[in-house]
Amino acid sequence: MEKQAVQRAREAFLAGRSRPLEFRVHQLKSLQRMITDRQGEIATALKQDINRSQYDTPLFELIGLENEISLAVSKLAQWAAPRPVERNLLTISDQAYIQPEPLGVVLIIGAWNYPWALTLQPLVGAIAAGNAAVVKPSELSEYSASLLKALLPRYLDQELYPVVCGGVSETQELLRQRFDHIFYTGNCTVGKLVMEAAARHLTPVTLELGGKSPCYIDKDVDLRVACRRITWGKFVNCGQTCIAPDYILCEPSIQNRVVEGIRQTLLEFYGPDPKSSPDYGRIINQRHFNRVMTLLEGYTATVGGQSDASQRYIAPTVVKDVPPQARLMQEEIFGPLLPIVTVSDIDDAIHFINEREKPLALYVFSSNKKVIKRMLAETTSGGVTVNDVIMHYTLSSLPFGGVGQSGTGRYHGKHTFDQFSHHRACLVKSLGMEEINVVRYPPQNHQKVRRVRLAMRTPLVDFSKGTYIWAVAASIVALGLLVALTVVLILAAGVSCTCL
Amino acid sequence: MASQSEVIDRLRATFRSGVTFPEQFRMTQLQSLLSLVEENEQLIQDALHKDLHKPKFETVLSEIQITLNDLYFAMENLRTWMQPEYNIGKNLATRMDDCFIRREPLGVVLIIGAWNYPLHLILLPLVAAIAAGNCAILKPSEICQATEQLLAELIPKYLSQDCYAVLCGGAEDTKSLLKNKFDHIFYTGSQVVARSILLAAAPHLTPVTLELGGKSPCFIYGHIDIQKAAKRLCWSKFFNTGQSCVAPDYVLCTAQTRDALLPALRETLRTFYGPDPGASLDMGRIVTPRHWRRLMDMLEKSKGKVVIGGESREEDRYIAPTVLVDVQESDALMQEEIFGPILPILTIESLEEGIDYINRQEKPLALYVFSDETSVVTTVLNNTSSGGFCGNDGIVHMALPGLPFGGVGASGMGSYHGRWGFETFSHRRGCMNRSWLLERVNVLRYPPYSDYNLGWLRWATTFKKNSWGGCSVM
Repeated sequence: MEKQAVQRAREAFLAGRSRPLEFRVHQLKSLQRMITDRQGEIATALKQDINRSQYDTPLFELIGLENEISLAVSKLAQWAAPRPVERNLLTISDQAYIQPEPLGVVLIIGAWNYPWALTLQPLVGAIAAGNAAVVKPSELSEYSASLLKALLPRYLDQELYPVVCGGVSETQELLRQRFDHIFYTGNCTVGKLVMEAAARHLTPVTLELGGKSPCYIDKDVDLRVACRRITWGKFVNCGQTCIAPDYILCEPSIQNRVVEGIRQTLLEFYGPDPKSSPDYGRIINQRHFNRVMTLLEGYTATVGGQSDASQRYIAPTVVKDVPPQARLMQEEIFGPLLPIVTVSDIDDAIHFINEREKPLALYVFSSNKKVIKRMLAETTSGGVTVNDVIMHYTLSSLPFGGVGQSGTGRYHGKHTFDQFSHHRACLVKSLGMEEINVVRYPPQNHQKVRRVRLAMRTPLVDFSKGTYIWAVAASIVALGLLVALTVVLILAAGVSCTCL
Repeated sequence: MASQSEVIDRLRATFRSGVTFPEQFRMTQLQSLLSLVEENEQLIQDALHKDLHKPKFETVLSEIQITLNDLYFAMENLRTWMQPEYNIGKNLATRMDDCFIRREPLGVVLIIGAWNYPLHLILLPLVAAIAAGNCAILKPSEICQATEQLLAELIPKYLSQDCYAVLCGGAEDTKSLLKNKFDHIFYTGSQVVARSILLAAAPHLTPVTLELGGKSPCFIYGHIDIQKAAKRLCWSKFFNTGQSCVAPDYVLCTAQTRDALLPALRETLRTFYGPDPGASLDMGRIVTPRHWRRLMDMLEKSKGKVVIGGESREEDRYIAPTVLVDVQESDALMQEEIFGPILPILTIESLEEGIDYINRQEKPLALYVFSDETSVVTTVLNNTSSGGFCGNDGIVHMALPGLPFGGVGASGMGSYHGRWGFETFSHRRGCMNRSWLLERVNVLRYPPYSDYNLGWLRWATTFKKNSWGGCSVM
């Protein structure tokens, strides 16, 4: 079944249907319509999957998606156009440019924590780049998966963009097929398996994984605002966000104030009983519920700590003075537990971060430019937000992706288009200027060698539009100045003449 | 003699210390690499002649000068490349924020070279790796022993020994090297080995750049100055004795064109190499007896007709520039990349037939079209895919540093040369420095949620269609 879907998609791609720009724009607009028309059903599915509040859905899934589609529709012609490059003396009369081209049939494997955004945003880029795409939503968010399977064929070309649902064995079957690119969002373990499967066919991959995203709070900072922003980012979607601040690093002197700040904010956000707040989510399934609860074993919560297995509810929880070797600090939490680890100063914090795997996101809260500069210069991570959390995800012009164990590749906005394209280097020469070429042909001698070296050493010239405009403008100004100078000289000569 | 892991650990410790990050350090190392090449030209020429019987001209053009050019280019542009990219479109919600993309070094990278251009295929990635602030392990091809030895001797002499190391060895040594964790692996070579590299990289989630090969087709179609085309075709095909990953592998043309092409090829080859190419100083040799045997086997099994060349000599691994006609799709010469001085000509009746043929094969590393007719060039470009493309010439598209050099599909993944190499060995870190102001706008996103807040937030973050520079307009 999986094999047939891929086969059909490949045939449809080879027929050339997905390539014309008008077709791509039309598909994207249909996708837009699907999201707008079916918002209610999507929200219901999400509520059933993960108890997503009706506001979190547009906020975290749909607005971003709609923006991406609008951006793609608006900029597609620009993105898909040939991109000229600098030429040198040897290629001065030639055309040299990079032509973005579709890769072919791509595979997009979605995740369960933001099942719509994380499955459809890559699809936007895949469609925009002219590919066919097999979409495999996560089976853990089963209501969303079924809804997607029912809806997508009604809005998009059924053969080019099939939805394949299923669990581990269906995914494995899919991964046995040959794709021209695989885009996977999920965890490291499966990420490695995806890469292994891709290796067989020499398929390039984009892996959006995760990790423990550290959040450093400097001591001279407005803790009220900082704690508000951190609390928001941590507990939205019940902590099940790949770029949620995983743990806090701060000096012991401010730890208690940080805890208080978070406690206060939690009260503001969810009231005294988060379980009854319509805005607080649940853990996706029993297995993850048990996993998160196990992390808490042996530690006393400073804030929260309550849970209800029947509802897969875990209260927003903060744990103080967590030792670095605690279980809580060994794996990505992906839940509403927020450990605070104390560090003696910024050096200690940087050292702590660099001892661990490169995270997907890094957060720094500080009013001190030097501290921020050091953090940025002396650590690495997929992305960074300073003085807030998560927000770097929302700007489509910033590339979103991991590094090291947190992933490979990047997307959002134009970056998705580029990720799903082949950038073909094109040099179109004329058969003229053959005299220059003669130096490179055998039989060879010293003079020819010298001439060729000289010709190859020419600097590159930028023939882009910007340079042309600058050159033309500068020429006009220069000409104008010359004219003015001439006029002045003439007048001056005239004046001195009459004076005589 | 340090073991592989000891060397890698040492480089990793150096990287952690941050010494490779400052621009000054990278510049100094690049300058030293420049000196290495400039001061040892004769030694390089000798080594390459020993390994590949490479004519001095080819060494200068395709090994020394191309490396020097890339170095000049990198040094000239390093500062620009290292700058954080600020020209980022913002929306209303992020108006007051500082948004930029930093390019950051990855760590310790592994560069595995190839034997056909043993110097530049390992030094050009090294230039990019150094420019991007990484430490690097070089693993030159063991097939070119003289060049391998030269690199092992010169690199520690000129470059920082704590940051860059050369590890020599054969297939077994490479296998054990790959068990270690690297932050990027850059491999130039064959598809078979590429697969095992990807499999070795997967458990460490190491990103990989693969510069592979394939059968690069060459169309000669429509109205064309056959003399000039023949010259450029011969030059690109027989350069380095056909052992170039971007050499035109085979020709596709009509019977008519073929009949005009053959005399032109004969004449050109005579001009290039004289009546006996085996005696010409400008003709190279096949790299090893094993590769010579492989080519001779293909030639013997071929059902095509040899019309030019065909001579060979086992003692010095010589094969004459050879052209065959009446070659079919099923021929022995059409099953794998030739990588030698043998040029099959396949006759087609129409451009579409040629395009269909190409599309039935794996995507090649390069694709060539010789034609005066723009429509021919455009048709081929629009209906095929390949790593790179060159119209009316061969190979030279890889000498322009502004163009990314790399494959697609079975011909590879990733690219380098110039800025593209720098990007390959860097991590693009998206950074947003939020202002403490506009907390009132932020408030819209906090629970308890409401329709009112959602409405305003939507308005503030929605991409407006006609906005200039990607920013939302009030």
